[in-house]
Amino acid sequence: MTGVVDWSVEDLGRQGVVRPVVRAPAAVLSMAGEVVDPDDPAVLQLAADLVATMRVSPGCVGLAAPQVGVSAQVFAVDVTGHPKVRTVHGTFVLCNARLVEASQWQKGREGCMSVPDLTGDVKRAGRVVVAGELPGGGEIEITTNAFEARALQHEIDHCAGLLFLDRVAGAHAIHTRKVYL
Amino acid sequence: MHDDARVDELAITVIGHDRPGIIADVAEVLAGLGMNLTDSTMTRLRGHFAMTLICGGPGAEAGTPAIEDVEAALAPLTADGTLATTVRKVGPEGTPEPPGGHYVLSVHGADRLGIVASVARGLAEFGGNITDLTTRLSGDLYVLVAELDLPAGADVDAIGERLEAVSRALGVEVALRPAETDVL
Repeated sequence: MTGVVDWSVEDLGRQGVVRPVVRAPAAVLSMAGEVVDPDDPAVLQLAADLVATMRVSPGCVGLAAPQVGVSAQVFAVDVTGHPKVRTVHGTFVLCNARLVEASQWQKGREGCMSVPDLTGDVKRAGRVVVAGELPGGGEIEITTNAFEARALQHEIDHCAGLLFLDRVAGAHAIHTRKVYL
Repeated sequence: MHDDARVDELAITVIGHDRPGIIADVAEVLAGLGMNLTDSTMTRLRGHFAMTLICGGPGAEAGTPAIEDVEAALAPLTADGTLATTVRKVGPEGTPEPPGGHYVLSVHGADRLGIVASVARGLAEFGGNITDLTTRLSGDLYVLVAELDLPAGADVDAIGERLEAVSRALGVEVALRPAETDVL
């Protein structure tokens, strides 16, 4: 069993391709993604593409397969350098991820590349244990907290066909995104 | 104690072109008349400034200021035509029935005519009372988030099925879940 910290996108041995990001109301964003074989070459390529697309997108800390138009349970996360992080596992991709423990719920404001002009206040667990498979790297379990925990829950939701809009806290919890450039 | 302590309140709306200082101007006018700005919402809707508020008068003895006086005091704000105001008296509201449950409803999907109408009708059929609702149109994406009270004994599963049917007909996503209230 490989640890997530030892996993690297370079291990995929593939050049990631930047893919266009799908925006709501695209149907693929509201479909539950397929369970994937984490050793399937197509999944390894998808993993590389997700990382490549995430890296060229300013401020992007996570990207799920449905966001590039693929209805599959695969996502990439990298919260390195974000001011709200505590635990950081660097760049990684998870397949077929599921939440196995969640506690310390707290509200926070989230945005999403697939809903570019809105943000919402969403309650998420501040501490989680997530189980899943690394592409080409076997089963793992990640224990994390704070912003990385929030990012994981947001991406797991994408893989289940859910957007943050499905979880906003109330009628005054959606906001027009303020962009200061 | 005064026989009728429940004095009328004023309902005031201010809508129009947004600029810095509208809230300050309106609040100063009301304060100048001795009016308490009680419950209010103020926001921007598609760039327009929109304010709805309820004001209480200075007390039962003095009474609520006359509508004409409030309108006259607000007149300078509307003089250039960029803002429109309304002022009217509203009677006191009774205490509502305690709801059976408080829920949050999220709807999102491609914009089309009748989303709010169909969803709200579906809820009304079950006696669901929407207490707060926000909609946003962002590109082609239409988002509705509502808070609602369901009557005691409401069949939540049946309401969920009704909303599912509405969402299928509209081609939108609907999520109904209990509102969580953390009491600390």
